[in-house]
Amino acid sequence: MARIDLTVDGAKVSDDVEPRMLLVQYLREKLGKTGTVIGCDTSNCGACTVHLDGRSVKSCNVLAVQASGHEVTTIEGLADTHEGGDLHPVQEAFRECHGLQCGFCTPGMIMQAVDLLAENPSPTEAEVREGMEGNLCRCTGYHNIVKSVLHASSSTAGGAQ
Amino acid sequence: MTAVEDRPDTSAKEIGRDRRRKEDQRLITGRTRWTDNIALPGMLHMAMVRSPFAHARIVSIDTEAAKASENVVTVLTGADLGEAQGVCINAWAITTDQVAPTHVPMPTDRVAFAGETVAVVVARTMAAARDAAELVDVEYDELPAALDLKKSAADEVLAHPDLGTNKSAFWKFDSEEAGTGGNVDQAIEKARGDGIVIEREYRQQRLIPAFMEPRSTVVDPTGEQITMWSATQIPHILRFALAATTGVPESKIRVIAPDVGGGFGGKLQQTPEEMITFAVARRLGKPVKYTETRSESLMTAHHGRDQWQKLTLSAEKDGTVTGLKVELTADLGAYVSLVGGGVPVLGAFMFNAIYKFPAYQFNCQTVLTNKTWTDAYRGAGRPEATYAIERLMDELAAEVGVDPLVVREKNWITHEEFPFTTVAGLEYDTGNYEAATEKAKASFGYDDLRAEQKRRREAGDRIQLGIGVSTFTEMCGLAPSRVLGQLNYGAGGWEYASVRMLATGKVEITTGTSAHGQGHETAFSQIVADRLGVAFEDVEILHGDTQVSHRGLDTYGSRSLVVGGEALVRAADKVIEKAKPIAAHLLEASVDDIEFSAGRFGVRGTDQGLAMADIAMAAFAAHNLPDGVEASLDSDATYDPVNFNYPHGTHLCAMEVDTETGGVLMRKYTCVDDIGTVINPMIVEGQVHGGLAQGIAQALWEEAVYDDSGTLVSGSFVDYLLPTSADTISFDVQHNSTASTTNTLGTKGVGEAGTIASTPAVVNAVVDAIRHLGINDIQMPCTPERVWRAIHDVGGSGTTDTEGAAMPHFDESTGMQGTTDRTDGAS
Repeated sequence: MARIDLTVDGAKVSDDVEPRMLLVQYLREKLGKTGTVIGCDTSNCGACTVHLDGRSVKSCNVLAVQASGHEVTTIEGLADTHEGGDLHPVQEAFRECHGLQCGFCTPGMIMQAVDLLAENPSPTEAEVREGMEGNLCRCTGYHNIVKSVLHASSSTAGGAQ
Repeated sequence: MTAVEDRPDTSAKEIGRDRRRKEDQRLITGRTRWTDNIALPGMLHMAMVRSPFAHARIVSIDTEAAKASENVVTVLTGADLGEAQGVCINAWAITTDQVAPTHVPMPTDRVAFAGETVAVVVARTMAAARDAAELVDVEYDELPAALDLKKSAADEVLAHPDLGTNKSAFWKFDSEEAGTGGNVDQAIEKARGDGIVIEREYRQQRLIPAFMEPRSTVVDPTGEQITMWSATQIPHILRFALAATTGVPESKIRVIAPDVGGGFGGKLQQTPEEMITFAVARRLGKPVKYTETRSESLMTAHHGRDQWQKLTLSAEKDGTVTGLKVELTADLGAYVSLVGGGVPVLGAFMFNAIYKFPAYQFNCQTVLTNKTWTDAYRGAGRPEATYAIERLMDELAAEVGVDPLVVREKNWITHEEFPFTTVAGLEYDTGNYEAATEKAKASFGYDDLRAEQKRRREAGDRIQLGIGVSTFTEMCGLAPSRVLGQLNYGAGGWEYASVRMLATGKVEITTGTSAHGQGHETAFSQIVADRLGVAFEDVEILHGDTQVSHRGLDTYGSRSLVVGGEALVRAADKVIEKAKPIAAHLLEASVDDIEFSAGRFGVRGTDQGLAMADIAMAAFAAHNLPDGVEASLDSDATYDPVNFNYPHGTHLCAMEVDTETGGVLMRKYTCVDDIGTVINPMIVEGQVHGGLAQGIAQALWEEAVYDDSGTLVSGSFVDYLLPTSADTISFDVQHNSTASTTNTLGTKGVGEAGTIASTPAVVNAVVDAIRHLGINDIQMPCTPERVWRAIHDVGGSGTTDTEGAAMPHFDESTGMQGTTDRTDGAS
């Protein structure tokens, strides 16, 4: 067992974990952060995407021990999720543009889109398509996901942070 | 009480509005309840021990080391569970003499496909269960495996030796025998003399539905009812199957489909994993969870398509079609699944499509092999039919020497001819193929793209342009129960809905359909809001729980709106009828003078009226009801459709083909679909987008590949090529609606339309780009390799298998390792 201390969605947490435990397993099983989901076992699908110190990572590709001493943000900490709370502009864009259907890939898509827009606040459609390539969706054909990211980009005019 | 003015403004119609979805708030904030999110006190975790062999006798299973492992509760085999595990049923024996092996969830003596479960480890944590699964020592005696579909159809190797044959069932429809048309063989013979005969063989490759949420099941046996949560499309059918095969009374089983992350037919199943989880939880008396890995999902969740299609089309010299003969060989995989051979049969009535064939014959042989079982995948039978006929119509156009749209127009049903009874015996209610096509051509820029294609050909450009057409129709809205009965299907096709009028003015709807991404909570709210004149926000849609919505036949086959929506309309209308006597009583008027409009019960000729919520409150209080009237407005309805439902559309695709590399690039995709009345255009467009991507993916990328020992080598997302955002383009999606006459709202199904239509449009475009080089077919998926081979072997059909791998995945000096090594793949 290894001791880890980190900040997740603004809260300081500390646990003893098996060194092999993945960050996504830690988030789901130890912290109950089930908003972050597991879609594959080869780090292809991106459903588990979270932010590690503000940059997107696939949390199935990071060990929990590697996150020790760092700051993790999940979909649950992206915005105030209490009723009536403000959504993050990217969350709002996904709803506005129907960028989700079953919603399973959505947390990862949103976390990746936030990172993409932080790096490139005014992407072209091609840049959005390249930037979201690591996240798989089976419902939308990506049409409205791309539209959502472009919508978030224009609605925040300069990034979605 | 007098006229009410504080009711919500319901004057604006909800139907037709692009309402943002009610579902989204929880999904975009991670406040979700996927089955794998469920954790119960004392819950145990399961891991499956799966066969690495496609066909083998189980000699022995040694579970001692696994049982001794830390945190393991027990390890169970099929022998341990015995009959308690039930069986996986086939609901549709397509013939009464269908040959089918018994499908025990965890077999005891023999495995019939690679990935089949032979033992299950139960432990305190998922990690402990998976670790211990590695310690279960199974000795196998490998048997020859039936893998190739055609060879299996010839019984060269038997998938189930005890059955004596791989041939499961032969199903035939003949228009002459049915009295719906002429003799197809005569039509073909005549055309051999003085007309055109097109003979082709097309391959529908094996596909994997690949929903994003891996399947997961939690069973809680504590309490009076055994509760199963499962990532399923069919909670009601699953409950029936659990009860029917385990002996547990149906009334003691509750099945819940919580948030379900996509299905596409792939979760239209009663799975071995669900049955095993149910049996283990009952045996241990503790809650148990099983969640599959993605690799397990790709390997063992049912696959789709996998057919050879032998096709003969006859026509007169001018391109007028005279006959169509279809001979299918369909791979069932190792077991006959829930729908099983019914999937190709669902295509039997659709090969003639929108064309006026005077003679038609459909033959289908279903075949057992030692591969993963197959069942419904988005479109289920109809994409295969549409692919065949739309590819053939392009071939016919090439033979006649006219534009592909010309030969279609010559043969299609004109809009004046509806309702039209087809050569397959179906009655198409409405449609307008001419209008949809005109609209699509204009939006696509058809003539300009044809001109560009001509320029590129004449200039001998390296990049050639192809234009693909697909003027599809489909039958959806499964289905009239009487028709299903005639087809020997095990259940009906009705759907159920109920309306509960709450005292506070809110409305609860239960529906027997079970959404998993379709947006029913939003679209059904819009229907109810209009029908009852209540606010959209005041409607709550409840579904996917057999205790909440106790009746239903679930969601598949584009049926939820056209069948479930109609049940909803009828239940709502009953509420209105029940409310009228109460309104009349309170307004001191005759029932005959009560008019209901926009949520208000008014007295004809006066300004007196009451809102629906007032009547609901009055019924709840029950202080002042007319004699003999019950204190409830709640109503329900079960609706059995009288016909299928026939969406159609014109899809146009432009593909660029690099003649030097074989690379293909989608340039433009336009579709104009007729799906009748649109409830929510935003949701409908989303359905079309997603459908298109899946159909396009069959044309260009996806294929489940097995090696020659029966191992699925495309068993991870590294190897099974789902398209990404970088592979796809934005689509031009439009509508041309003619209201359906099969349901009150005039709706047609849309869930599968994009998938059914798009595959042939794309392949037609690829072939069109290089037809002048002597090519008339490329086998799907149209990989750069196949396209290149076709171009550089003029006259070749691009039908050769792809190379196993472009380069070895492993250092050859270390030998062959792992099951994903493709160097020995399908070469």
